[in-house]
Amino acid sequence: MRDAAPIILLLVVLSDLAILGTSRLSSCIRGLAAQGFLLGLLPVLIAPQLSVHAVSLAVGTVIVKGVALPWFLSWAIREAAVRREIEPIVGFIASQLLGALAVALAFAIASRLPLHTVQPLLVPVSLATLMVGFIVLTTRRKALVQVVGYVILENGVYLFGLTQTESVPFLIELGVLLDVFVGVFIMGIVVFHINREFDSLDATRLTELTD
Amino acid sequence: MRLLALCAIPLVTALVVLGVPVFRGRRVPVALLLVVAAAHLALVISLWITPALPALGGWLAADPLGLAVLTLTSVLFLVTAIYIVGYLRYEAPRSGRVFAGGLLAFLAAASVVALSHHLAMLWVGMEATTLSVAPLVFLHRDRRSLEATWKYLVVSSVGIALALLGTFFLASAQGEIGRPLLLPDLIAHARELHPAWLRAAFLFLLVGFGTKMGLAPMHTWKPDTYGEAPSLVSGLMAGSLTSCAFLGVARITEVLAAARLVSFAQPVLIAFGLLSLVVAATFIIGQRDVKRLLAYSSVEHMGLLVLGLGLGGVGAYGTMLHLVNNGLAKGWMFLVTGNIVLATGSATAAANRGLARTLPASATLLVLGLFAVTGSPPFGLFLSEFTILRAAIDGGHAWIAVIILVTLAVIFVGMAALVLGIVLGTPPAPAGTARRIVPARESPWLIAGPIALAVIVLMLGVYVPGPLQDILTRAALALGGRGP
Amino acid sequence: MSGAGLIGVGILGAVAPALPGIVAKTKSVLTGRRGPPVLQLYADLGKLLRKGSVYSRTTTWVFRAGPVVVLVTLAVAALLLPLDGREAPARFTGDLVAFAGLLALGRFALVLAGLDTGSSFEGLGASREVTIASFAEPTLFLCFIALVLATGDLSLSGMLGTPLAAAWPRAGASLSLVGISLFVLLLAENSRVPVDDPATHLELTMIHEVIVLDHGGPDLALILYSSALKLALFGVLVVAVFVPRAGFGGPAALALLFAGLGVVAVAVGVVESIMARLRLARVPQLLVGAGTLALFATILQVG
Repeated sequence: MRDAAPIILLLVVLSDLAILGTSRLSSCIRGLAAQGFLLGLLPVLIAPQLSVHAVSLAVGTVIVKGVALPWFLSWAIREAAVRREIEPIVGFIASQLLGALAVALAFAIASRLPLHTVQPLLVPVSLATLMVGFIVLTTRRKALVQVVGYVILENGVYLFGLTQTESVPFLIELGVLLDVFVGVFIMGIVVFHINREFDSLDATRLTELTD
Repeated sequence: MRLLALCAIPLVTALVVLGVPVFRGRRVPVALLLVVAAAHLALVISLWITPALPALGGWLAADPLGLAVLTLTSVLFLVTAIYIVGYLRYEAPRSGRVFAGGLLAFLAAASVVALSHHLAMLWVGMEATTLSVAPLVFLHRDRRSLEATWKYLVVSSVGIALALLGTFFLASAQGEIGRPLLLPDLIAHARELHPAWLRAAFLFLLVGFGTKMGLAPMHTWKPDTYGEAPSLVSGLMAGSLTSCAFLGVARITEVLAAARLVSFAQPVLIAFGLLSLVVAATFIIGQRDVKRLLAYSSVEHMGLLVLGLGLGGVGAYGTMLHLVNNGLAKGWMFLVTGNIVLATGSATAAANRGLARTLPASATLLVLGLFAVTGSPPFGLFLSEFTILRAAIDGGHAWIAVIILVTLAVIFVGMAALVLGIVLGTPPAPAGTARRIVPARESPWLIAGPIALAVIVLMLGVYVPGPLQDILTRAALALGGRGP
Repeated sequence: MSGAGLIGVGILGAVAPALPGIVAKTKSVLTGRRGPPVLQLYADLGKLLRKGSVYSRTTTWVFRAGPVVVLVTLAVAALLLPLDGREAPARFTGDLVAFAGLLALGRFALVLAGLDTGSSFEGLGASREVTIASFAEPTLFLCFIALVLATGDLSLSGMLGTPLAAAWPRAGASLSLVGISLFVLLLAENSRVPVDDPATHLELTMIHEVIVLDHGGPDLALILYSSALKLALFGVLVVAVFVPRAGFGGPAALALLFAGLGVVAVAVGVVESIMARLRLARVPQLLVGAGTLALFATILQVG
């Protein structure tokens, strides 16, 4: 059981890079769903012994991040009738290279951090996911993809949180999950209205408010 | 028990309003809002009289720092609820229950933030405040408010995610022994915490919660959001939400103070504070919209808060006093601006002139508020800003005092230019006619709240009541400073 | 230079033309056709060798030298690979650079021969080929670096031989990524879908085919054979990473290798059947993706 965790973490990084390199919005969301499933598997694989806490966290994560969020984002895509991301501010190739750089940086930083965890790959993968989420959030034009970037960012933080299973009790994790879900829900509603109002999901068009 | 009630009552009411079908429709259940607000304030006042025991195994507790923020929130909420009675005569939100539900959820979340001694639960509450306010910012449903809501959501969410990471770093600082993140625990064992993780936690929490506070350079969402949201929502945000976010920064500073690492935190806090002051001063010059002006003023005051925290000594007391004063003054100013928007439809200089003749009550309150917010005596903010200045000079940082004075002067000039420009002069004649200008009779509901807030701020400028001074001093001591 | 090693290279050279046949057969079977026989390429080569050549007056010796240089470089590169899973006929420290260099030299000669004709179509193909190569070469080096880090050996015989078998339990994930990356490289360097469509007849969509458009007769035979050999070489790389044969005896290892080559050819056929050719602008993205995988594999070794 313990050996499956490093593979899952590597798959998480691969899903990050995959989301970075794709221009099809449905592929982005599928990658996000895959990431959600992988993240949901981790608590049961990492916990020293199977507890109610771990199992319920796993189930909750799979439901929220693996099913609910991607389903909701797919609904938003259908409503907005967008299929593809136009060339982002940082091109797709450059994004992937940046993502690879972020992964390298994350591994470099993590090797210097004094942290005692059950699973040593957890910290670098969490930092890498964090950075990739940041890259997607800041360099993409379509508002929906920015939401995807935000979820990836949260996934990175969630991964880091898995290293602290005692200090962050179940109730808090539940609260965090709920917050992420509600946050994405509200963002989705706003995106829906943006599409209605501006007839496009291009967030770079939101430039009316200025000093 | 009371602590639990303070959080649960608004939350349950919010869920009822949002869920129960009887509330469907456009009407805002304002009576419910008033009842909950009054009950909340009553409970808070009872906390002052007889302190409450920690609840939920130590997760909820009312310490001086939290009590100050909680009282501020409660007072502002009640005043806003009273204001809403008059507001609804002129404007009706598209969905009454989202409006009321969002406000109540905000009250619940802010109470959780103020009372939470478990730092991860504090985070959950903070995120809840962000999310509960978002539908309220979006109330007008037009392009501009949509854009503002989007920017608010994106920037706030990223900040909050960084704050969560900081919270996890704090947990990592505990090393092998995993204890729950309870504040008294952390403070007691502060010396054993791993310093590198603690410092990293401080930085991330400062940036994360600083984004919610609106410190520069994470303040970019503020002018847009305060500008496009309904004024009463902006008032709650500027008065209460920012104070709750400051609470997050204060908590980690408490831990750092107990761990004797304040010398690391102070330069960072001072840097952010000075940057916020300078940025606010720069953007206030030439500002044409009162709400955006107040947003930048909020940036300035948040800068002063962290500056006081960073200067230490009596600056910590100054920060606490300023927290209360600023919250009340911002609520006052935004509510008055709301009156102007209700009357003329806009808060810009282009649409308003000669308000002294058309809206005398609000105009007077606006001008008095100008003096209050820019820190003129005899209002309370003068006292708190002076205390922070004293801390700067006491600590040997005379150059900081100079920067503070210069930026405050610039801000005064900038704000006065806009406010006096709107208030003075001859109002434009009503279209087509040459009627005499008749001062409008303003609804008492709309001006009672601002007047009450103004009286309190005025009183705090002259005399700080004993219990309040005691609470603020104890909070300052916890933050590593001292009383007046 | 061991005799057994040379025999292995000889058998590889003899078997190589069967690989494109296997690919074509797989594609046909998957699309419901009977398709050409697997050994079709041998018949084509025989036919072409018996023909004469016509050379344009605008070409020089460069044009005639191209196919020869390609074949020679590929043959020498084949000597560097450990076909029996242990030792290559020629090995020295750093021969991975020589391998990549020989392939580059071959490509260079082919491109020059294409440019030598003075035709715009060949120029088009040449520029595309070189663009793809500029993305493929770093990826190849990254894969090699990952292998070096995994095995600690700077020679191809070590990287693809015995130490690799020992490295699998330790660095399995990393080596899997390298293998996938090498497979994508195989598709790119051998002008297979999704990078290039070998069956297209439109010059504007060709990459490799259009460079060799003007070659005929024995020259074309050399080029077709070289393409098959290149496919075989890359196939050996992929098989060597996934199937370390250090534990087997000489003949068994060779048999396993050729079986693996057959599997790789079938896999290429499957990929060609299920995917469409990518737009040219997207090809660099694919190669960068493969490079990122290799980079990630490298990071996993270091971190």
